[in-house]
Amino acid sequence: MIDLVVFLISGAIVLGGALGVILATHPVRAALSLIASFFGVAVLFVIQEAHFLALVQVVVYAGAIVVLFLFVIMLLGVDSTEDLSIEPLAGQRGLAIGIGAVTLLLILGGLFLSGPGGDDGAVALTGQPSRTRALDLPIDADGRPGGDVDLLADDLFSRNLLAVQATALLLTIATVGAVVLVRNRGAEDLVVDEPGTASG
Amino acid sequence: MEVTETWYLVLSALLFSIGLVGLLVRRNPLIMFMCVELMLNSVNISFVAFSGALDDIAGRTAVFFVLVVAAAEVVVGLSLVVALMRRRPTLTADDLTALKG
Repeated sequence: MIDLVVFLISGAIVLGGALGVILATHPVRAALSLIASFFGVAVLFVIQEAHFLALVQVVVYAGAIVVLFLFVIMLLGVDSTEDLSIEPLAGQRGLAIGIGAVTLLLILGGLFLSGPGGDDGAVALTGQPSRTRALDLPIDADGRPGGDVDLLADDLFSRNLLAVQATALLLTIATVGAVVLVRNRGAEDLVVDEPGTASG
Repeated sequence: MEVTETWYLVLSALLFSIGLVGLLVRRNPLIMFMCVELMLNSVNISFVAFSGALDDIAGRTAVFFVLVVAAAEVVVGLSLVVALMRRRPTLTADDLTALKG
């Protein structure tokens, strides 16, 4: 029962925050709605016993990523509101909402009309069940399930070690790419007035 | 009433559709990036729901990788926005029809 109440409240926060993002005229309001939506998702992770992922969701998404968004908004000027009543491309909005509705119906149709899930497809393809590692959360002294961080670390650094290393490479490339993209190309022309070499 | 994984998947589908509509409607590249983040988050919700329903840790590992890719995507995307704003006074995706600077 308490799960249902928490799910409904946090689900409403998630969807309300998402609607706030796409309906806000001001980018700062959109970023703050995004934080609300991310916190709702973190609560959804908590009630599914994914404690470590909830923590990372708050620290990385609601912390780092949204702060990066806000930083760029402030850097580029906070006054740039967008008038949503103007529709520059005729029919764009209706078409977009239509595509969104069709996507939603396709997903829900696949969800409710498909047969019961199982390992049949995986067995047919690979000859073995798709089960990789069971999610047996440890039970602590009070009989409540403990954290998932041990299981997650075990899976990350054994089965997915190559992917972790590829991730490190990806982050390095992203950092170098960001530096290259925002490098000020006019810097070579800048005359640096160093003390000591100043004439007159 | 029990909250099953179907509830989470329906919520995830709704969030994905909202993000998709926002991505198609809005013209500010910053807001478009935020909508991409919403769509990534909806996928994370369904990954965790499937992880619980199928009793498999792989779904949660996938969430971890989605998170890293989202962070990298935001870093590159926002630096693109900053580089574009240096050349143009206004920021709408409709103005960026050519790859020329």
